[in-house]
Amino acid sequence: MSAPTGTKVPPTVKGRADLALNDEFLRKAVKFTTERLRNGKHAATAEHGNWEEWRERGRQIRLHTIAHLDYYLNLFADNARANGVHVHFASTAAEAVKVSLAIAKQVKAKSVVKSKSMVTEELHLNHALEGLGIEAIETDLGEYIIQLAGETPSHIIIPAIHKNRFQIAELLSKEAGETLEADTTILAGFVRKKLREKFLEADIGMTGCNFAIAETGSMVLFENEGNARMVTTVPKTQITLMGMERIIPSWSDLEVMATLLPRSATGQKLTMYMSGITGPRRDVDADGPDEMHIIIVDNGRSNQLGDPEFQELLNCIRCGACLNACPVYRHIGGHAYGGTYSGPIGAVLTPALQKNVGDWDDIANASSLCGACYEACPVKIPLHEMLIYLRRRKQEGGHRDLAEAGGMKGFSAIMGNSGRFKGVVKLGKLGQRLVSRNGEIRLKLGPLKGWNSYRVTPSLPKQSFRDKWGTLEEELRHGLNELSPDARSRMEQLVRSREQDGGGHGHG
Amino acid sequence: MKVSLFITCLSDAMYPRVGEAMVRLLAKCGVRLDFPTVQTCCGQPAFNSGYWKEARESAKTILDAFEDSDFVISPSGSCTGMIHHYPKLFENDPVMLARANKLQQKSYEFTQFLVQVLGVKDVGAVYPHKVTYHPSCHGSRLLGIKEEPLELMRHVKGMELVPLPFAEDCCGFGGTFAVKMADISGAMVTEKADHVLETEAEVLVGLDLACLMNIAGNLRYRNEPVKVMHLAELLYEGVKQA
Repeated sequence: MSAPTGTKVPPTVKGRADLALNDEFLRKAVKFTTERLRNGKHAATAEHGNWEEWRERGRQIRLHTIAHLDYYLNLFADNARANGVHVHFASTAAEAVKVSLAIAKQVKAKSVVKSKSMVTEELHLNHALEGLGIEAIETDLGEYIIQLAGETPSHIIIPAIHKNRFQIAELLSKEAGETLEADTTILAGFVRKKLREKFLEADIGMTGCNFAIAETGSMVLFENEGNARMVTTVPKTQITLMGMERIIPSWSDLEVMATLLPRSATGQKLTMYMSGITGPRRDVDADGPDEMHIIIVDNGRSNQLGDPEFQELLNCIRCGACLNACPVYRHIGGHAYGGTYSGPIGAVLTPALQKNVGDWDDIANASSLCGACYEACPVKIPLHEMLIYLRRRKQEGGHRDLAEAGGMKGFSAIMGNSGRFKGVVKLGKLGQRLVSRNGEIRLKLGPLKGWNSYRVTPSLPKQSFRDKWGTLEEELRHGLNELSPDARSRMEQLVRSREQDGGGHGHG
Repeated sequence: MKVSLFITCLSDAMYPRVGEAMVRLLAKCGVRLDFPTVQTCCGQPAFNSGYWKEARESAKTILDAFEDSDFVISPSGSCTGMIHHYPKLFENDPVMLARANKLQQKSYEFTQFLVQVLGVKDVGAVYPHKVTYHPSCHGSRLLGIKEEPLELMRHVKGMELVPLPFAEDCCGFGGTFAVKMADISGAMVTEKADHVLETEAEVLVGLDLACLMNIAGNLRYRNEPVKVMHLAELLYEGVKQA
């Protein structure tokens, strides 16, 4: 889990969010970086000019690939094997760990250098390697910082987003055995020097995978620090772990993804490095691993296949744009979500990867359903709708909050009948006399406790709209203007076109 | 042609003045609204919480109310957006699904109807005040209503429209979210109100009463005198002043 080792992590989203809400450093750091990233994305997509079209193209590529995932996975595995890669399939996290450890044992590895991989976080692979006495070193700067702090990433692409440079200087100074100035160049310089030694010593290079190209059995990595390139060229053995949904059919599809991913993630046209790797070192190559393994991980992903409400989750390209756009993430950061993946995508993916979504914590409720995630998503995953489906599955699965279930029963009894609704509003007007002062309610009790801790509630007015309607209608019967002929013909046209449509989907 | 008012439960019970302003403004444009009283709530609170059976009970009153209407107009992008969810809500009931599709086609948010259907951009309002605008999430993101309210506001004489920083960020209402995750919601609305205050506007205007109730509630809590209005109210005020 997130907090430094030894600290007790609250078991609920609410508890974890409270920790974050009371951490001014964290909130400032998260706001600062998410704002920078989202402004970058805005600028890059505006400059691109045809963003919406490319976004739709990206969505179509992902939909197509996932719909034919069995075909493309086989194609990828066949081609990768033909390139000399050992391809393994792992249906669970435990299996993926077992395969990785077996390879490590076989090559008698003492140390592993890693470039950032969310899948290995999902598998808790570092922990397993350390159990065998194998040193696993994260070489992405942010991930290295998190590893030193004994934490997990709090953002999909910026793992240390919740830390400011003073906190980072403190951590690195401890590692250096001397006080390092809180200056980005000095801190990065220290880590670079330190990691160079590790790259040279390592027996295994371990990476994730941004895209796997089915037509040639290649894997593609996007990064900014050059560490992934070191990881994939220096050690003798390479292990790549990838979620089974990382596939795209062809290199021409990569053009679309390479346009969408960096712009969405950081606002860059392209990351500093983009590596395409097709098999281990050949005789004509100057560098590269002698042995290459690709472990294709399921770990709950195939549960989404054939599920009309959640299959699109597999379209995700892990850019993190939904986190940067999310107003909830902005205030609570990533650790509050309690899983490997945070933000809107994490809120849906984490429960979805478990078989029984209902058993998962309250995480789907930590969203105002504002849809910023959907708007930011480069492949248009409707996360805001999936959050509602999760809530529905949870309560239908019998994991109800009893007070809420009772409230909803009351809601349907009142709102299912306008007479009852009218009666309840009337009752409310009587009841509020006890608590209302000058047209306002400030009472912090019962259901109003949370709301009124930040707000004042207005009282119900003397007359509701339906109370007033009779008089209003009577009054307006006389003073009505003429509808413009333009408007009238537009309205008639709309009604006619609907009849021709025969009740398809609407406007807007 | 029958043009009906979908008042929404919040405006009906809490903010009748918004419904009234809407009815009067549309009358000025030559549209006489009809008000079927069997309507209650669109069902969104239950739908968003995952209680779809309960949501259907409430949604049926809306489907019944507007069966014969040609256009259904509401002062809320969020409640109109909920009608766009009806086909999903009734996906397993072919009869109700057909009714849901029909209702979705004829439902409009207030500014959407004014600008897109009636072609009205200038209602003839004068409002010499400094105003800022919060675009509510469901209307702007899910229904794509971005330009319509701006178009209407640009034509209000004497009004100074100042941009709201981080305008597109959610105000933190989110229905039951504001109760269940009260502290996260509180942090969000506090930040939203901070941004409103930064603009030094006299008036905050919007298209969704739930969001406005939320932001106004926080401003009042802090004893800040910013006036909070629905755009229909502001336009009608402006027409009266003209």
